[in-house]
Amino acid sequence: MSPINYVYLAALLFTIGAAGVLIRRNAIVVFMCIELMLNAANLTLVAFSRMHGNLDGQIMAFFVMVVAAAEVVVGLAIIVMLYRARHSASVDDASLMKL
Amino acid sequence: MIGLLVGVPLLGAAVLLCGGRRLDRTGHWLGTLLAAVSFAIGAALFASMLGEDAESRAMHSKLFSWVPVEGFQADVAFQLDQLSMTFVLLITGVGTLIHLYSVGYMEHDPGRRRFFGYLNLFLAAMLLLVLADNYLLLYVGWEGVGLASYLLIGFWQHKPTAATAAKKAFIVNRVGDAGLAIAIFLMFTTFGTFAFAPVLSSAGDASEGQLTAIGLMLLLAACGKSAQVPLQSWLGDAMEGPTPVSALIHAATMVTAGVYLITRSGAIFNGAPDAQLVVVVVGAVTLLFGAIVGCAKDDIKKALAGSTMSQIGYMILAAGLGPIGYAFAIMHLVTHGFFKAGLFLGAGSVMHGMNDEVDMRRYGGLRKYMPVTFVTFGLGYLAIIGFPGLSGFFSKDQIIEAAFAKGGTEGWILGAVTLLGAAITAYYMTRVMLMTFFGEERWRQAPTPSPAEPDVEPAAETRGEHAEPHPHESPKVMTIPMIVLAFGSVFAGGIFKAGDSFVNWLEPVTAFEHGHSPVSATTVTAATVVSLVIGVGAAWFQYGRKPVPVVAPRGNLLTRAARRDLLQDDFNHVVLVSGGTHLTRSLVYVDHKVVDGAVNGTAATFGGLSGRLRRLQNGFARSYAVSMFGGAAVLIAATLLMRAV
Amino acid sequence: MSFPLLTVTAALPAVGAVATAAVPAAKRTAAKWLALVFSLATLVLAAVVLARFDPDGARYQLTESHAWISDFGVRYELGVDGIGAALMALTALLIPFVIGAGWHDADQVEGEPTHRRWRPTQGFFALILAVEAMVLVSFAATDVFLFYIFFEAMLIPMYFLIGGFGDRAHAAGEEEGAKQRSYAAVKFLLYNLAGGLIMLAAVIGLFVVSSDSLGEGTFSLPELLRARANGDLTMSTSTERLLFLGFFVAFAIKAPLWPLHTWLPNAMGEATAPVAVLITAVVDKVGTFAMLRFCLGLFPNASSWATPVVIGLALVSVLYGALLAVGQRDIKRLVAYASISHFGFIILGVFAMTSQGQSGATLYMVFHGISTAALMLVAGFLISRRGSRLIADYGGVQKVAPVLAGTFLVGGLATLSLPGLAPFVSEFLVLVGTYSRYPVAGIIATAGIILAALYVLVLYQRTMTGPVRKPEIEGMPDLKVRELAVVAPLVALLLFLGVFPKPLSEIVNPAVEHTLSDVQKKDPKPQHPVADHNKWFDYKPAGHGGGDHE
Repeated sequence: MSPINYVYLAALLFTIGAAGVLIRRNAIVVFMCIELMLNAANLTLVAFSRMHGNLDGQIMAFFVMVVAAAEVVVGLAIIVMLYRARHSASVDDASLMKL
Repeated sequence: MIGLLVGVPLLGAAVLLCGGRRLDRTGHWLGTLLAAVSFAIGAALFASMLGEDAESRAMHSKLFSWVPVEGFQADVAFQLDQLSMTFVLLITGVGTLIHLYSVGYMEHDPGRRRFFGYLNLFLAAMLLLVLADNYLLLYVGWEGVGLASYLLIGFWQHKPTAATAAKKAFIVNRVGDAGLAIAIFLMFTTFGTFAFAPVLSSAGDASEGQLTAIGLMLLLAACGKSAQVPLQSWLGDAMEGPTPVSALIHAATMVTAGVYLITRSGAIFNGAPDAQLVVVVVGAVTLLFGAIVGCAKDDIKKALAGSTMSQIGYMILAAGLGPIGYAFAIMHLVTHGFFKAGLFLGAGSVMHGMNDEVDMRRYGGLRKYMPVTFVTFGLGYLAIIGFPGLSGFFSKDQIIEAAFAKGGTEGWILGAVTLLGAAITAYYMTRVMLMTFFGEERWRQAPTPSPAEPDVEPAAETRGEHAEPHPHESPKVMTIPMIVLAFGSVFAGGIFKAGDSFVNWLEPVTAFEHGHSPVSATTVTAATVVSLVIGVGAAWFQYGRKPVPVVAPRGNLLTRAARRDLLQDDFNHVVLVSGGTHLTRSLVYVDHKVVDGAVNGTAATFGGLSGRLRRLQNGFARSYAVSMFGGAAVLIAATLLMRAV
Repeated sequence: MSFPLLTVTAALPAVGAVATAAVPAAKRTAAKWLALVFSLATLVLAAVVLARFDPDGARYQLTESHAWISDFGVRYELGVDGIGAALMALTALLIPFVIGAGWHDADQVEGEPTHRRWRPTQGFFALILAVEAMVLVSFAATDVFLFYIFFEAMLIPMYFLIGGFGDRAHAAGEEEGAKQRSYAAVKFLLYNLAGGLIMLAAVIGLFVVSSDSLGEGTFSLPELLRARANGDLTMSTSTERLLFLGFFVAFAIKAPLWPLHTWLPNAMGEATAPVAVLITAVVDKVGTFAMLRFCLGLFPNASSWATPVVIGLALVSVLYGALLAVGQRDIKRLVAYASISHFGFIILGVFAMTSQGQSGATLYMVFHGISTAALMLVAGFLISRRGSRLIADYGGVQKVAPVLAGTFLVGGLATLSLPGLAPFVSEFLVLVGTYSRYPVAGIIATAGIILAALYVLVLYQRTMTGPVRKPEIEGMPDLKVRELAVVAPLVALLLFLGVFPKPLSEIVNPAVEHTLSDVQKKDPKPQHPVADHNKWFDYKPAGHGGGDHE
């Protein structure tokens, strides 16, 4: 199978993720969609790495995974705290940061 | 020595104005003494000058370089020639007498020290004016006398009318000063200098157009200072000042500075016949203007002020005639200095005895109560109307003769105007004389106190409030100067005329030509005497034969206009004052709304713009995400597009 | 290496500012005296600068030069020509008077917090000294970038002086007063900052141009002028014009020139009188000074190109400022508009490009500083007595406070350029210089002197003369010793320099000649020059010979 198909798949995943971020209000779902986008990016990195025979992309994918893991920790913690404070996980409710 | 002449009164001014209250008791004598010292120096210089040949009498002394700038040399340097000498003696002489008079006149005034300080300042400035050897230094004196005049007219500052009159005098004079400044610019661009000697001697090199321009600007200056039409309006109001001031500044000396300027700049005017013509016209118009105004005024000082304007009109007219007239202009100036100062001091003496009443309709029959004032005033009166044998007769007669000698139609017109002026002079002066010293004692029947300014606190000079006046003769310190001036009024003209001594004296400076009059001298004299008789007769017919009403009758159109200074003030008020007020008000509005509005508008635009942009920051994370995606999409699209191209 | 006189002169007030700011909160009076001593010491040094300056010597004297940011050719370069020396002297001269006049302007008032770190008095005087230091460097800097930095930095202390210290009593009430004050301060800051940014662009442009044509970029004014004269430094016409405009706009805002003037009346109206003097007599002079030093020297062709427009704007300033002064109801705003009129005269003199005009303009800067200081400080004393800036609230002051009225009149007469007082000399020179090249402009500007008489005398009449009608005026005390000590020397200086301006004009003249040769202009020749000036002293009219009798 040609590696280019992985890129198509990644594009599809990214689009799903982006649409989720833009459309959904639930913080958890938005968060998952971000993860989806990150993984889509990882997939492209790995796919291109394979296509060009260069390991840089794979290394970069590991970095992304690590950062994503860290982000999950912080992000979930924030969402949990937010839910505790407001009894809601809607991102639109947390719109105090404005002028 | 020449520097001392200016320095002594200047020192007096400095000491008196900065000396504080300590000098309140002695200050007036100090001021008078310094004026007298200045006169003594002037007399000494005069004596030494007489010892020289006529040709080498001029003295020159350079004190220091004042404003040295590349191509521009202004020195503080004095030049004392016969013309300046004449003025020096007049200024210091009359000045000293008036200082003396003021000692009595201002006796009860709390600001007497300040008054003498200002008087000394005036003497210094006036001497600087006539002694300067260049036009810029003359300008210093020119504005200096304007300042002294401002301070002295407004001496009783608590009276709003005095403060307004002072301001008006200064500002109208400033218009003339601007003319002098422009004349100096013109000289500088034409000759590269503005010292008298080089400018006047090379005046012939310049084109007639340039000379005419300079001449007209000098005339504008002279009009301002000498209260000639169209800048005459300040002189009547200037009578708000104390009477000695009116005598010294607004009759004898400062107002004649314009005549000095024109005579001094004779070389320029000689090369500019058009400018001369304008000078003559201005003189002739003012001569009649002042005379007509003088006929209608009931305020004794304002009547005399109109007369001053008219007499200076004579001088300006004579100066405009060129070499045939300069000497006579100055001669009339000197005799006028004597008799007009004497008349004003007489008026002051009358006011002094009459609780500062100035309305002649409330005088009458005062000759019994004030004999000295009556005699001295009477001699001054005879001199000014040109009674044969007295000063005014000689000097005025010469001017009338010179006016005829101008030649052609102009000569006839000018001659007629001067004769008419002489008749009107006789009329209004007789009127003053009759209303003041003859007739019923109208002050006894004065129905109401004079309605001066109802809303003003009693002026310091109103000593007896509004009780019925008790006319009395003034103290000696006031009458002596009047007597001295009366002597001058009687004899000065004759002395000057004897053997043409005055003309010969001035000839090296002003040059002199005998005019060729189409009518003989005897005819002119006869015509003068006839017009004099007509004027006196008319006045007697109106004011001597029948009693003078205390309340002025309404009068005909001309009288009413003349009472209002021939509507000049109304014109000024409507056109300049209210026009100017509207202009400044609208400019304030424009500055606030348009100029500053543009600035604030710019600020408000940015403020509004950022207010709009602020809305994008709405707090919804998802809309930020949209803009991020949108931005990313745009960037990618742009990148692809760039690639494609 | 010689003693760095200019650096020390400029650094002394800076040290004074730090020292004054460090005085403990409780010792307010000590801080005042410290500031006064530092300002007087600076005055002494400035006098030394003036004395050491040799009019016949090199163009820039007392020079100092050190590398600073060598990557961009920025040097720490100081040096004064006659114009700079005269203005440094003016600055150093006025600051002690500003401090003396503002002695009580930052005193503790009731209800003010007495926090240990709350030190407004110290701050006030420290800020004044800081402004002095920066202005002195601006007058001495011969490096364009160095000048730019201090030209801009001046805004910071000025902003705090305007915004932080206003008149106690405000016509519109305390709160509204504070609002107007902060509006004025912000307007001052933003307006000048905008000009400064335009200038920054031009400064960078100048560097680019100089590095293009000289190989190595430099900001040094003497070097740039030399290169300019040699023809090494070339720039296209449009570049030169743009750079000129960049500099000129900044200076015209500072000066201020119509129509960029509207910040001045607000700033001067809201600030206390001493700060207003600081603005108009000292800080604004940097603008006109810089026009003379930088605009004309660096961009001679563009200056000639812009002259007609600048002359026109200057004329508008002269008349417009005067007319608006006539229409003002507020004493301080009146003085501000009068200053706008006077700045019009200065700019007119600078751009007339004649030696009389430019010498006159330089003298005008100095004399206007002194005369405005005299008028404004006395006005400040008057305002502090009555607590109102409105002209209508006064009347008859002459009767109760004759010395105050007298000094006010002298200040006013100096403002209207009465001969015998210093400003007359400079104004006349400006007018003559303008007239000899642009007669019409000269005549129009002469109308300004009539209007000047109008606004000064109207102000005097309304405030000082007439009967005393208001009870607040009746008990008004005359000038106190401190106030008299502030005003009397200024009045004496006005008189002295009016009679004997020669020492100053001799210092200024050579610098003006240099500037004129930069722009390659010569004075117009008189049409019928009188051959030899001196031989005429023996002149007798009508061709007679004669002797000299002195």
